[in-house]
Amino acid sequence: MPETTFILRRYNPEKGEFFISKYNVPYESDTTILAGLIYIKDYLDRTLSFRYSCRMASCGSCGMVVNKKPTLVCRTLINNVKKPIFIEPLYNFPVIKDLVVDIDIFIDKLKEVKSYVIREKEESIDKEFIVKPEEMELIKQSSSCINCMLCYAACPVFGADEKFIGPAALAILYRYLNDPRDQGKKERIKIASLSHAAYMCSLVGQCTVVCPKNVDPSFHIQRLKVISTLNNLGI
Amino acid sequence: MALAYKAGLPLKDMEFVQFHPTCLPGSGILISEAARGEGGYLLNNKYERFLKNYVPNKMELGPRDIISRSMINEIKLGNGFKGKYGDYLALDLRHLGEEKIENKLPQIRELAKTFAGVDPVHELVPVRPGQHYFMGGIHVDINTSTPVAGLYSAGEASCVSINGANRLGSNSLPECLVFGAISGEQAARFAMEHDFVNFPPEVAEQEEKRIFEELLKKESGVYPAEIKYKLKDTMEEYVGIIRNEKSLNEACRIIRKLREEFKNVTAGDKSPIYNTDIVEVLELDFMIEVAEAVAYSALNRRESRGAHYREDYPERNDKDYLAHTLIFKTIQGPKIEYLPVKITKWKPTERKY
Ligand SMILES: Cc1cc2nc3c(=O)[nH]c(=O)nc-3n(C[C@H](O)[C@H](O)[C@H](O)COP(=O)(O)OP(=O)(O)OC[C@H]3O[C@@H](n4cnc5c(N)ncnc54)[C@H](O)[C@@H]3O)c2cc1C
Ligand code: FES
Repeated sequence: MPETTFILRRYNPEKGEFFISKYNVPYESDTTILAGLIYIKDYLDRTLSFRYSCRMASCGSCGMVVNKKPTLVCRTLINNVKKPIFIEPLYNFPVIKDLVVDIDIFIDKLKEVKSYVIREKEESIDKEFIVKPEEMELIKQSSSCINCMLCYAACPVFGADEKFIGPAALAILYRYLNDPRDQGKKERIKIASLSHAAYMCSLVGQCTVVCPKNVDPSFHIQRLKVISTLNNLGI
Repeated sequence: MALAYKAGLPLKDMEFVQFHPTCLPGSGILISEAARGEGGYLLNNKYERFLKNYVPNKMELGPRDIISRSMINEIKLGNGFKGKYGDYLALDLRHLGEEKIENKLPQIRELAKTFAGVDPVHELVPVRPGQHYFMGGIHVDINTSTPVAGLYSAGEASCVSINGANRLGSNSLPECLVFGAISGEQAARFAMEHDFVNFPPEVAEQEEKRIFEELLKKESGVYPAEIKYKLKDTMEEYVGIIRNEKSLNEACRIIRKLREEFKNVTAGDKSPIYNTDIVEVLELDFMIEVAEAVAYSALNRRESRGAHYREDYPERNDKDYLAHTLIFKTIQGPKIEYLPVKITKWKPTERKY
């Protein structure tokens, strides 16, 4: 079996400093980077901490920076990246330990955009709220977000100012704005128009490039700019 | 489940473990039933839709347990394809065409491409059954109450028993919503009606000592991975889709041995911050408990029912086993009791397809 070197940039919270660890990892044509990290933890170094859960690009917990690119390590094969593999914790977030970052900032942003269907009043749930296929079409792409935060690690605007609501949360805002069941349109446009929301985006587009689920936050944010501008002008 | 079991609560119907027929070999990633719902075929190495020999009237839409067993049987007959993760069967979606696959099954296409390196539009997808869902769990009643007043459980960890011995696809999330809401209401009501009970602090102190002074501080010992993989292989080989007296006895024996080995386990990470190693140690402890409950419950149910299949007792036996298994942890080892099934509207009938 071929082997490659994993070079990890880790954080030691007790000393408050970053350090480098290197490991040799055997791999096959279908070994993912995550499987390589699990191998390290199981057999080479029990002190290594990283997050993962589903192993199938669904839960969004295994985001890291691989060879300078924000990456979901569970869906990336060792075969498909440059070796030796250089892995760092997600950029633009405080690091807790090794490859684990603090996600509180992002969770607050999800709260800020109200990532749930808003109804004007509480109703009994005795009827179905049907979404037609053509209505689904409009929100399908933005609904695919798995909250992995790769787009935040790739976004220089967020990197410069963490107040920016940022790509994923704005894509999610767009998704609920277009959800036929949602009745919070006014509220949502108000949020989209805030100075640290859509208008703060300078259209670098890296969010869309790194998204593992083919969401296009860059496009959704530009749509939000247009929608809120027209709305605020009363058009 | 393990927390409840260790605290002395019974687990119910733990022998009923659902296997999903179509998972990618190796990674175990699920290829959803939608693939067969839209008209996908399962093929053996002769490129035959072998289910015609097992569930001819339902074919690929047959129930998960029967399809999973049929697949294992096909593999035993030598009709599987050879792969590096053992023999497998093939899911054929090619006849559905690119447009349908892209519109109706985009996630399946993406998973197959990413994790198996095949595009289902042009190629066969390798599949084999994988462990999927626990019908059993913490014993609760219809109001999600456990036998301990004020303690509630809902979701996959609990067993209200709406899934019987064989859950139907997509019933789990509705179960979580319905019984999650009920348990929330029940717990709130209980809390309003009762005074706060003083929890004996010694119990918490003892557990703290076990974790932070014994497990964490122990300088040398076995790492959890070693035992975890042995446990995994044991469950796969002896407590999997097809079981018998001998295999289950063997499983119980190995699990007891692993329980002994666990005494030497230590966490390799001693850090107090985000220590995922101590989590693995604690999880392994829980896994051993749950594994024993599954194997021991399966050993004692000498019949076949739903997802529990005993090749030495292939028939359902309502005379002796129309009952829920309750398993308790005792100092002498697991103890089994049976709770008769309450029959209400629908009478049990033979399952025929
Ligand atoms: C691949 C796959 C696909 C599925 N698809 C479907 C589907 O399409 N439809 C459907 O109805 N069902 C489906 N199911 C089943 C369904 O997803 C699960 O039954 C359901 O998600 C269980 O939800 P839960 O909240 O009860 O448990 P979980 O979602 O498992 O949550 C349990 C939580 O408890 C935490 N936890 C565990 N131990 C501890 C501890 N000691 N301390 C603190 N926290 C702890 C865990 O980290 C976890 O977050 C699927 C299952 C799988 C595996
Ligand atoms: S582990 Fe869930 S997305 Fe990678």
